[in-house]
Amino acid sequence: MNILRKAAIPIIAIIVFVLFWEWLVWVNGWPNYKMASPSDLGPAFWKFRWLFLQYGWETLWRTVAGLMLAIVFGTLIGMIMGFSRTARDGLYPLLVGFNAIPKATVVPVIALMFVGAHDMNTILIAFLISFFPIAVSISIGLSTLEPEYRDILRSLGASKFTIFRKIALPKTLPEFFGALKVAVTLAFIGTNLMEIVEPHGKGLGHLFDSGKISADYPLMFAVLIALAVLGIFLYYVVVYLEKIFAGWAERAET
Amino acid sequence: MTDEPQISLRGVTHAYMTDDGPLPVLRDLNITVQKGAFTAVVGPSGCGKSTLTRLIAGLMFPDEGEVRLGGKLVKSPRSTVGMAFQNPVLLEWRSILRNVLLPLEIVANDLSQSQREDRARELLALVGLEGFEEKKPSELSGGMRQRASLCRALVHRPEVLILDEPFGALDAFTREDLWQIMHELRHEEEFTCLLITHDLRESVFLADEVVVLSGRPATTQEVLKVTLGKDRVLDDLYTPEATDMLAHLRHQIQIAQGRGEELAA
Ligand SMILES: Nc1ncnc2c1ncn2[C@@H]1O[C@H](COP(=O)(O)OP(=O)(O)OP(=O)(O)O)[C@@H](O)[C@H]1O
Ligand SMILES: [Mg+2]
Repeated sequence: MNILRKAAIPIIAIIVFVLFWEWLVWVNGWPNYKMASPSDLGPAFWKFRWLFLQYGWETLWRTVAGLMLAIVFGTLIGMIMGFSRTARDGLYPLLVGFNAIPKATVVPVIALMFVGAHDMNTILIAFLISFFPIAVSISIGLSTLEPEYRDILRSLGASKFTIFRKIALPKTLPEFFGALKVAVTLAFIGTNLMEIVEPHGKGLGHLFDSGKISADYPLMFAVLIALAVLGIFLYYVVVYLEKIFAGWAERAET
Repeated sequence: MTDEPQISLRGVTHAYMTDDGPLPVLRDLNITVQKGAFTAVVGPSGCGKSTLTRLIAGLMFPDEGEVRLGGKLVKSPRSTVGMAFQNPVLLEWRSILRNVLLPLEIVANDLSQSQREDRARELLALVGLEGFEEKKPSELSGGMRQRASLCRALVHRPEVLILDEPFGALDAFTREDLWQIMHELRHEEEFTCLLITHDLRESVFLADEVVVLSGRPATTQEVLKVTLGKDRVLDDLYTPEATDMLAHLRHQIQIAQGRGEELAA
């Protein structure tokens, strides 16, 4: 019953939203280049179904690859900043400054630096845009660890690494997953940015671009919907992992 | 060697480096605790009591003087020490049982997993937490968490138990329950205990000796022998004997706070 309710509410919400959208387009008599209606999208999806699958997959795997890199690198930087005050003071302004650069301006730079390596370019942008929240959350999680937590193990002669593995790491997991939810969305934006700004014939961004060139407005809207679906999918994968690895923190919230 | 005191601090002096220059915290501090004895340390807030526990645990080292455990100079943390703090610092993602088992995962020992669990269960039963082994810390009350934290401090059979205001955050009734439990633990387990506390009644009820520290930089201002018998009940705190000791300690604390003259006037 409860599971049914949980699944039913979002589904009903989506149906209501789609109906409202259809109604809005119909009532205003908008042509499809101004606003495509949901009933236009079905044919657009069907017509390009294989392209959607192929491009969707390209967007997906490159986003995930960039995100993985961001997790590894972000965790590493976060650990360095979390454990060393000096490193934190030194790295923080650099990171903030770097994060402040709009990534749209970095896209052409990266594209020039690694001409032709499309997959790598895309992954790199997804990574660059998403590692910041991960690094910050890990470093804050570690540096705000109450000293007593460290002391109970340190007083027994445990090594720094043991303390990290047994206490600091699990204790930081809730913050880490919080950041990962932001990062996964960002990485997705990064991938699409590269695909659209520097078109190289791959990913949903490219499909969007070709829709634009051939003035196929329903296709453009269909790409937007496909992107939303992928984004939701990735987000809930993270939520699912969070439940498994940091589910213990949930009770504390209420 | 056998008559070496279990804990011994000789002429311990320590200062913290702060932005405003060095902050002297301990000055020429001497404390001796015999094997199996229970010593309480009281002193004004911020006088350096927690610093003292960190020095004994080998988490930091004094600028001058020496800290010895069982006659040996403390040069690093030792697995023969157990610690508990005001904050029970239980790991929320572990069950109570697995929290108590934590030290046995660090300290070298030749116990099998089932022996370890038996040991942890035995302690948990002793403090009245039987049946809560599989619960998460968030499902327990503050007093119960503190009991679990005591079990964790004792599970590896430390020679020295260091308690830094472990009952400070508990309400009066829970605190008195835990005093009783401390007595029972002392009865069943072998350890030498140094207890930091703000509560004079607690110090008199639990300890064989109460050390009063002066205000910062702290030095040993007074050592009071507690003359109550071994088996104590709460009512003992209301005997004339105990009342005298409490009055004496309260007076010493006031002197330590620098309010001695004010009082005499
Ligand atoms: N790491 C540190 N660096 C600088 N100063 C410190 C540090 N730790 C403690 N102090 C200062 O040293 C003094 C003694 O601290 P300590 O924690 O030992 O006192 P305490 O007696 O345990 O206090 P309380 O009664 O509040 O528990 C305090 O004034 C504190 O501000
Ligand atoms: Mg303290």
